[in-house]
Amino acid sequence: MSPDKKVHRWREPMNLWERLYVGEILRGMTITLKHFVRNILRTGEMPTVQYPEQHREYSPRFRGRHRLMQREDGSPRCVACFMCSTVCPADCIHIVAGEHPDPTVEKFPERFEIDLLRCVYCGLCEEACPCDAIRMDTGIYEIAADDRAKFYVDKEFLLNDSENGTQDASAGGR
Amino acid sequence: MIEVLLPALLKIVFMLLLIFGLVPPLIWAERKVSAFIQDRTGPNRACIAGFRLAGLVHPIADVMKLLFKEDFAPDRAHKRLYSLAPFLAFAVPLCTYAVLPFGDYLDVAGRRIPLVVADLDVGLLFVFAVASLGTYAVVLAGWASNNKFTFLGAVRASSQMISYEISMGLAVMGLLLIFSSLRLTDIVVGQGALIWGFLPKWGVVVQPLGALLFITAVNAELNRTPFDLPEGESELVSGYVTEYSSMKFALFFMAEYCNLIIGSALIATLFFGGWNVPWLPRPVIEANAGTLLSLNLGVVAVVAGLAALLYFRRVGRERGRFGDWRDREPGILGGLAALVALAAAASFLLRPWLVGPAGASLLASLMQVGAFAAKVVFFCWLFIWIRWTLPRYRYDQLMHLGWKIMLPLALANLAVTALWVAAVS
Repeated sequence: MSPDKKVHRWREPMNLWERLYVGEILRGMTITLKHFVRNILRTGEMPTVQYPEQHREYSPRFRGRHRLMQREDGSPRCVACFMCSTVCPADCIHIVAGEHPDPTVEKFPERFEIDLLRCVYCGLCEEACPCDAIRMDTGIYEIAADDRAKFYVDKEFLLNDSENGTQDASAGGR
Repeated sequence: MIEVLLPALLKIVFMLLLIFGLVPPLIWAERKVSAFIQDRTGPNRACIAGFRLAGLVHPIADVMKLLFKEDFAPDRAHKRLYSLAPFLAFAVPLCTYAVLPFGDYLDVAGRRIPLVVADLDVGLLFVFAVASLGTYAVVLAGWASNNKFTFLGAVRASSQMISYEISMGLAVMGLLLIFSSLRLTDIVVGQGALIWGFLPKWGVVVQPLGALLFITAVNAELNRTPFDLPEGESELVSGYVTEYSSMKFALFFMAEYCNLIIGSALIATLFFGGWNVPWLPRPVIEANAGTLLSLNLGVVAVVAGLAALLYFRRVGRERGRFGDWRDREPGILGGLAALVALAAAASFLLRPWLVGPAGASLLASLMQVGAFAAKVVFFCWLFIWIRWTLPRYRYDQLMHLGWKIMLPLALANLAVTALWVAAVS
């Protein structure tokens, strides 16, 4: 073998003690025994979350199920600009626009529907929205139903969808 | 006639109950030990009236599930052999128990009953003969399923079992030379002696290498990790049991654990003194029956007290954790453990010094059966521990270990032992 050729060793060759197996096996078994004994004596300190009873703490930035913000009069803050449905990579937001009675507002969503089964929870709709009308700050991530149609949520549902959001739903709204 | 048949039947029933009674706790132990080793909590959801018993209820739920599953057979399987295989797999380990002594004798109503179902002259040969029958079940299961994965698993299993059976047999040969008997009761009685007055003449003391080889070979015979290539799920789905469902799968599953118990019992019998209580031969136990009884009760009291303490610690820490009746479980179980501890402590203090000769004999038998059971449980636990520590061998490594390392070592061990025995006699 020429000296300039580099030899790549995956690992050091085993020495005699390691090749005898038994000592190394006992060493491995000591490690597992340590874990075993520690976890028996301190079962309560294991990191396991007992899920349905306990919930993991998520950060406030966590993107959960969507909600639509309300104006002071309870109508949606959305102006049906279609920004969110355009930017949506999963194509899950469906809006039908209508003319708003207030001439300063121009448009409002007659229908605003999200297909939760298509949504990828990327949060682009939040960022695209020019008037902070759609948010994903409910913190709801346990979304289950026995029928596909129930995942297709409408404007009424989204306007009142909240776990920690509705109390300030109209905050700062116009 | 009846006085011969009845004790035999009772012993058979006792052995069967011992085995079947040990299988669900072993399944539970396998899950719980693996969980703790991997820093998980393991099964703890299934419950009966709020009692989860740390997951012990799960095997019952498993059986319910398996009972109600569809008993499916592949279209092109050989139906009769396909159905025969699980029964064969389950029946074979049960035969082996017949020759394993679980105590020396029991004095009942003036009669002395040896605590072994069938004390064969060729006990050890019988064990090996029956154990190798287990290969047939595996091959039948794999071949009759008509599936390439099951077939490959079966081929692997049979070649592995045949390879390791040789080292297993040779590892025991040294023991036979030393105790010069194939009868398992003779081997166990021989192990009751002391070397230099303090060291028990256990197989592991006189044959340390033989014991190591035997434990390894038994592990390979059991098809458990690191020797579980027949089931290697990363390559073979799950080997020869791939096509089995419902109770047929359950039979294979239980057979695996029966084999585990028998392997542990064999190791305990051959190399770890069988039913011998270390340093306490039967006359010593009978002479000091009162003291030993108190001692046993004291141990029970301390263990139950510790269990109660652990449970009561949980009561405070986990108050209102679930918000339903499951919260009461540690309190109730801790109370029960405390009651047991108190009862044992009370009888310890009452000092049952006065144990009659019949009682002393009974105590000696019970302690021997207890020692045997404790050893078996320890080796079951050892195998579980090994399984969740070591990764699986590659197939060439497996054959290398079996033929090029263990076989020469076993032969060398046999040769040295033979020379030594010849020199001594």
